[in-house]
Amino acid sequence: MNPKEEKVKIITEEFDENDEDAGVGGQKKTSKMARQKRKKPLPAAGPEEMVSENPHLGNQPEPLQEDSDTRPLSMTTRRGPRSLPPIPSASRTGFAEFSMRERMREKLQAARSKAESTLLQEIPTPRPRRLQSPGEKELETEFGAEPGEEAQKTQQEDDSQSRSRVKFRDSVRKIKTKPPVPPGFPSAEEAYNFFTFNFDPEPEESEEKPKAKNRDGTTQEEEEGEEEEPPVQGIHKTDEQLLISATEAEAFLWGLDHAAADFVAVRPADYESAHVRLQMEKELLFVPSRLTVPTYKKLPENVQPRYLEDEGLYIGTRPDVPRTCQNIMENRLLTQEPAVKYVHRSQHMIGSGDSPGNFQLDIDISGLIFTHHPCFSREHVLAAKLAQLYDQYLARHQRNKAKFLTDKLQALRNAVQTGLNPEKTHKSLDTTQKTINEYKSEIRQTRKLRDAEQEKDRMLLKTIIKVWKEMKSLREFQRFTNTPLKLVLRKEKVDQKADEEAYEAEIQAEISELLEEHMEEHEQKMEAYRAAYQQWKAWKKAQRAKKKKKKQAVEEHPEEEMGEPYPEEDPVKPVPPEPTDQALMEHQVRERAARSRRRPGEPLLVPELSLAGSVTPNEQCPRVEVLRREDVKRRSIYLKVIFNDKEVSRTDSRPLGADFRVHFGQIFNLQIFNWPESLTLQVYETVGHSGTTLLAEVFLPIPETTIVTGRAPIEEVEFSSNQHVTLDHEGVGSGMPFSFEADGSNQLILMTSGKVSNSVAWAIGENGIPLIPPLSQQNIGFRSALKRADAISSIGTSGLTDLKKLAKWAAESKLDPNDPNNAPLMQLISVATSGESYVPDFFRLEQLQQEFNFVSDEELNRSKRFRLLCLRSQEVPEFRNYKQIPAYDREIMEKVFQDYEKRLRDRNVIETKDHIDPHRAMVAKYLQQVRESVINRFLIAKHHFLLSDLIVEEEVPNISILGLSLFKLAEQKRPLRPRRKGRKKVTAQNLSDGDIKVLVNIIRAYDIPVRKPTASKFQQPSRSSRTFSEKHAASPTTHSPTHSADYPLGQVLVRPFVEVSFQRTICHTTTAEGPNPSWNEELELPFRAPSGDYSTSSLQSVKDDVFINIFDEVLYDVLEDDRERGSGIHTRIERHWLGCVKIPFSTIYFQAKIDGTFKIDIPPVLLGYSKERSMIIERGFDSVRSLSEGSYITLFITMEPQLVPGESVREKFDSQEDEKLLQATEKFQAECALKFPHRQCLTTVTDISGKTVFITRYLKPLNPPQELLEACPNNPQATAELVARYVSLIPFLPDTVSFAGICDLWSTSDQFLDLLAGDEEEHAVLLCNYFLSLGKKAWLVMGSAIPEGPTAYVLTREQSHYLIWNPCSGHFYGQFDTFCPLKSVGCLIGPDNIWFNIQRHDSPLRINFDVTKPKLWKSFFSRSLLYPGLSSVQPEELIYQRTDKAAAAELQDRIEKILKEKIMDWRPRHLTRWNRYCTSALRHFLPLLERSRGEDVEDDHRGELLKQLGDYRFSGFPLHMPYSELKPLIEAVYSTGVHNIDVPNVEFALAVYIHPYPKNVLSVWIYVASLIRNR
Amino acid sequence: MAAAGPSVFLLMVNGQVESAQFPEYDDLYCKYCFVYGQDWAPTAGLEEGISQITSKSRDVRQALVWNFPIDVTFKSTNPYGWPQIVLSVYGPDVFGNDVVRGYGAVHLPFSPGRHKRTIPMFVPESTSKLQKFTSWFMGRRPEYTDPKVVAQGEGREVTRVRSQGFVTLLFNVVTKDMRKLGYDTGPSDTQGVSGPSPPPGRPL
Repeated sequence: MNPKEEKVKIITEEFDENDEDAGVGGQKKTSKMARQKRKKPLPAAGPEEMVSENPHLGNQPEPLQEDSDTRPLSMTTRRGPRSLPPIPSASRTGFAEFSMRERMREKLQAARSKAESTLLQEIPTPRPRRLQSPGEKELETEFGAEPGEEAQKTQQEDDSQSRSRVKFRDSVRKIKTKPPVPPGFPSAEEAYNFFTFNFDPEPEESEEKPKAKNRDGTTQEEEEGEEEEPPVQGIHKTDEQLLISATEAEAFLWGLDHAAADFVAVRPADYESAHVRLQMEKELLFVPSRLTVPTYKKLPENVQPRYLEDEGLYIGTRPDVPRTCQNIMENRLLTQEPAVKYVHRSQHMIGSGDSPGNFQLDIDISGLIFTHHPCFSREHVLAAKLAQLYDQYLARHQRNKAKFLTDKLQALRNAVQTGLNPEKTHKSLDTTQKTINEYKSEIRQTRKLRDAEQEKDRMLLKTIIKVWKEMKSLREFQRFTNTPLKLVLRKEKVDQKADEEAYEAEIQAEISELLEEHMEEHEQKMEAYRAAYQQWKAWKKAQRAKKKKKKQAVEEHPEEEMGEPYPEEDPVKPVPPEPTDQALMEHQVRERAARSRRRPGEPLLVPELSLAGSVTPNEQCPRVEVLRREDVKRRSIYLKVIFNDKEVSRTDSRPLGADFRVHFGQIFNLQIFNWPESLTLQVYETVGHSGTTLLAEVFLPIPETTIVTGRAPIEEVEFSSNQHVTLDHEGVGSGMPFSFEADGSNQLILMTSGKVSNSVAWAIGENGIPLIPPLSQQNIGFRSALKRADAISSIGTSGLTDLKKLAKWAAESKLDPNDPNNAPLMQLISVATSGESYVPDFFRLEQLQQEFNFVSDEELNRSKRFRLLCLRSQEVPEFRNYKQIPAYDREIMEKVFQDYEKRLRDRNVIETKDHIDPHRAMVAKYLQQVRESVINRFLIAKHHFLLSDLIVEEEVPNISILGLSLFKLAEQKRPLRPRRKGRKKVTAQNLSDGDIKVLVNIIRAYDIPVRKPTASKFQQPSRSSRTFSEKHAASPTTHSPTHSADYPLGQVLVRPFVEVSFQRTICHTTTAEGPNPSWNEELELPFRAPSGDYSTSSLQSVKDDVFINIFDEVLYDVLEDDRERGSGIHTRIERHWLGCVKIPFSTIYFQAKIDGTFKIDIPPVLLGYSKERSMIIERGFDSVRSLSEGSYITLFITMEPQLVPGESVREKFDSQEDEKLLQATEKFQAECALKFPHRQCLTTVTDISGKTVFITRYLKPLNPPQELLEACPNNPQATAELVARYVSLIPFLPDTVSFAGICDLWSTSDQFLDLLAGDEEEHAVLLCNYFLSLGKKAWLVMGSAIPEGPTAYVLTREQSHYLIWNPCSGHFYGQFDTFCPLKSVGCLIGPDNIWFNIQRHDSPLRINFDVTKPKLWKSFFSRSLLYPGLSSVQPEELIYQRTDKAAAAELQDRIEKILKEKIMDWRPRHLTRWNRYCTSALRHFLPLLERSRGEDVEDDHRGELLKQLGDYRFSGFPLHMPYSELKPLIEAVYSTGVHNIDVPNVEFALAVYIHPYPKNVLSVWIYVASLIRNR
Repeated sequence: MAAAGPSVFLLMVNGQVESAQFPEYDDLYCKYCFVYGQDWAPTAGLEEGISQITSKSRDVRQALVWNFPIDVTFKSTNPYGWPQIVLSVYGPDVFGNDVVRGYGAVHLPFSPGRHKRTIPMFVPESTSKLQKFTSWFMGRRPEYTDPKVVAQGEGREVTRVRSQGFVTLLFNVVTKDMRKLGYDTGPSDTQGVSGPSPPPGRPL
């Protein structure tokens, strides 16, 4: 046989055997092969041969015995490959054929065992002993075995297969042995063969006929039939058919032998009427009603249903569930309460719910490879086979068992050699002999193994080559290539000579060993023979004697003859064993070597499989192939993950690749409660748009507890499908026969099969603990899996989850940490124990932050530069505009931080220096905090930009503007009365110092106090002269014109000039003359923003005031001597402060311009001056005008350029008001704004906590301090004035300054009194509330006044007229007072309504305050919207504490001391003398002023002063202020300029008086005076 | 001064606003100004400039060439707030009103040497179609309140802009003492410290 031929033969043999395994006949092979096999010396003919060739009825046990006898032999020798232990599916079952065959086998077995069990039931006789004899293997598949179990055994072996077959036959035979076989009937075997092999899809009736025929027919016929019909065809049949035919055949057989009725009861089909069925179903099934469950059923008794929505709790939107479903569920829950438990978990959680914790199983499905698919072309089939074989080859090559065994053999031989060598033997002889014997037996074993391995290797190689050749020929034949597979055989040259020698040596060694072995065997056999011979001889003798005795009894016991052949047979005459024939032995050895080994000198072949080949493109393929490829493209695959028989998830549907691989790469995390019972993947295939088909199910093993995510290997699990697919294109289909040959011979059936690569592992929790259900839940199957580690048995069921226990166990049991088997366990333990489970008690949001820190925090804090940079970027006010932060720390002065640090310190420490009064300090601190928080909010809001902040865009002109502009075209170019044009506004951001100027235009003043004639001390003050502070105009006629005569003729009454100071810049006008001067001068003052920051927020917080002081310029003759008068004029100019107007910058900033006549703040007592009104009245000018006291100045103040005032925050504050009300307010405001856009309309305001509150809630009668009421019980008017004064004594603190233009915050009256600071609205609200409590009709007037701008006043209705009160000053004005600062009225607010002014005019002079007239006043609450009765935000009543008088006195002293020091400071170059006498006089006088509220005291006072200080020229005045803090007092004193006098002999007097009012409201009087001694 | 080590570094930039590509417009002029952080101060040169009006070249390039020089020196202690040059280009519209044709900004180059920069220019868009029409009609296109807005990132989300063209700038940058203060702006800066050395491997 040339090698090539042999190769082919071997490969076919392999196939042959495989087919034999299938148990359906090796006859499909070419007859040549079959013959060759039969030629073999071993009696290992296939069982089918036995069936066909030895159809002897008589010796049933024989085939059995033979079968079981031959098996061990075949295992060791010829049938090596098959006798391997159960082939791991991963390596072997790749063949589609194989799996298919296996499946079929299963089914057959199932059918058989079913038949057998039926048999057993019907024949309850004990099993014949004979059947047990064929060896222990039989026991495994006894009849007793469960049919289901048998079917389940996937690893059924060939031998068990054949065994069962035999057994089956046996059973048939068994039945048959009882009744005598009718002559002419086919034997059991024949029948079996017929029905197992010659499958006719016809039904039973039609089968009846051939059966009948067969009765007459000979066995020969059947054999022929068998031969004719290739058994492969049988495989083509469906399993079901097989099953049916098999059982049918058996049933039929039995039916033939017995009456069929004995075994098979023929009954009509069972039928249950629908009614009965329903009845039964009702018993079994629970169908919940669909009706709505009444509420009372759902609730426990005496419980009211709760509707959380109605209680104001948030209820999320429920998922949309149909009403019926909900009803069904509710009914079910009601009736089946214990049965159903609702687990509120996500859908992935499966379990009964009460086990604590959840666990996670990660299923990673990486992909799917088809080893056979209906769309496989023939080439694909071969390619799959080739790939499979190559894989096998690689696996084998890697293990290289043959080499290992050869080496072992060599080593053993060497050992034997040395053992035999007597010189080296040190041990006793018998031990040496023993070991040598052991070695020898081992050599024998090893040799056998090695031979088997080598043969397998060789066969595998040959098979690979054969398949590759087939593939090549197929490619040539079909003229296209489908797969990129390419096999390259690499030849490795070997040294021929050495190789030959080694070969020969090996053979010789083997022969010698064999000979030796045979010799031993022969010896043994001879021994046995001798013994047996002796025995036989003895027996023979005995027999002979017996025979003689028995001769007569033979006729009486005829059966005995029949039963005796066995005992008779045993003691046959032993044949002496033949001596071994060396030549024969050598021949055998050589033959075997030739078969299994490489020929000497033959090159070593190494196959290499690559995917380098090119696939023929579509256009070059025949149509059928193109169709196939398109079909493949249409198919897509997805997998369902079935957990405990429930679908939990599925993969995406992925198209099938041309290489029949599908990549998923998805990981499913199954959160579970219990130990999983089963884990299955279902493979679904979708073809085009038609439906999906279930291809197969894949059972996944549940991982061991040591397998956790990341450590689980990817495993391939095989699956196969029994579906039958025929395709009309090149695809071979599934379950359909096809052939590689042109003539259609050699058909093959392949079933769809494939591999799923996946890994299943337990997830690891966040602290490294695997999420594995506790062991108590696990079943036994799992334990066996963990038996290796055997941790459970030693540490108990509490399980592997308790890692500490596990670690302890590992330490105690001295688990080998280096054993790779223990590696995962050890790692787990080390992970769990080493960390000691340190759980930080914080949560880090940005763990990586540390990485990005370029310096440590300490360094960041230490470095002055970094600190400065940080503070600047935080926009801390002190550093917001810090320029050029130095590059080095050393260049940064420590004092940079001092201010800031001081401020930070002061935030917590109440500073007592500035705030003498602790309560005020506290308030100041509180205000500061509120301010800061609001400013921070504002800073954040500042970073929100609007389009208008960034882009200048012309507004779309509306029709009226367009019309106007058209109208403008016709306008005169230079109209006679030009309109004022608005100036362009400038945003404040790109300005710098000096860009902004404040322009103050001082136009004129009225009613400036005039000097009184220097009265001598002897002159009594004339009572007739009008006191300047006389209030009521009742006595204009009482004045006497005589006093004007007091003035020297040449002397004007007063020479006033105006000095404007702003930010310590001072400008003054020229000096005018007379009490009604007209200056008409424009003063320009530069404006400097704090720290050069011209941003809006910074400008808003400018707290500077513009002081407009009016002075009288007095010329004094300094000439001591009248004689010198002629030669020169020596006069000293002195200026005497008359009064001032203070306008905050913020007002100018927000108003853009201030234009109007302001009342000059003139001290109540102005020594040396009186108000001259005589002239006005004399002239009869304006006599009707209600004479208001005071002097006035007309001013126009603006800024150049005009700045855009900051807008209030765009934040919308939340509110607790009714939504309807809020909507109404918006609507009301919108309507009002539409009609009169410039009138102030206020409906809601923001309270101090930032909530929107409806404005009327602030108005409520509140009791004024009892003290004030008691002061003048009979005079309501006086009481009202007193109350107004009290209110005005509460310091004024504009919101715009404190809250930087953000918004008006309205505090309630008690808050206002606690804070002791507030702006107009707080004052107005408090005053209004007091008035309401006094029983007056009072309203809040929202309007605009000068100089405040938009403000709040209080309107009261007296008997016949209205009075307008300025809450901040405490003054009141009649409605028709021209000097009333209130210039326009926007709306009135009462405690229960708001009225918007819809009259044409808004000046209080010209409007009607009768709010009952709807034509004049639009009310908020009207008939359409009734007043809902809003509760007030004000407290029930105000509680006033008496102020500590002692504290006030102490404060008074301290203020006096501080002011004196200040005045001395302001006069650094002069000596400041204090006239103590005058001071005490002044101090004595101040309480009087307080008592009279600055009225009607001048004359007395003056007289007194004159009496006491007759020698002095006296100039001074009392200042009256509410007390908030020290600084304004100092400023006020400074602004008077008293200290500016530089007459050398000047003396000063300063007295302070503080009058305490309830609730710590303090009225401060400061009397400053300068005295010059008259000569 | 030198012994004590520098406390500021200097950045001197000269160059020019070379040319522009505005395919639709002609007769344009441009303004430039610098935006820089608080630690920066100009020490010499012009901080702002306004160029001549230039018309398109008659060739295919249709380039608008200004060649308007920039020469400015800054000193700083901190690279934060590195100066940016802000350009705004204006030109007449159909009615002869001067309207803005583009805004753009770019940081001055960090490393010494010669750098060429091409800045894409954009203009803010009108908020509505009607606005667009009226702004076109009245010759008052939307403009930034301050051209420096284009050099800052804050508040830009409220605007919509349209791309218009490109302006090419040339910078020659010299720095002083940056390395001494610890700021390394690239390999070419080393020359200031170690002296000029020819780069190795350069074929001569």
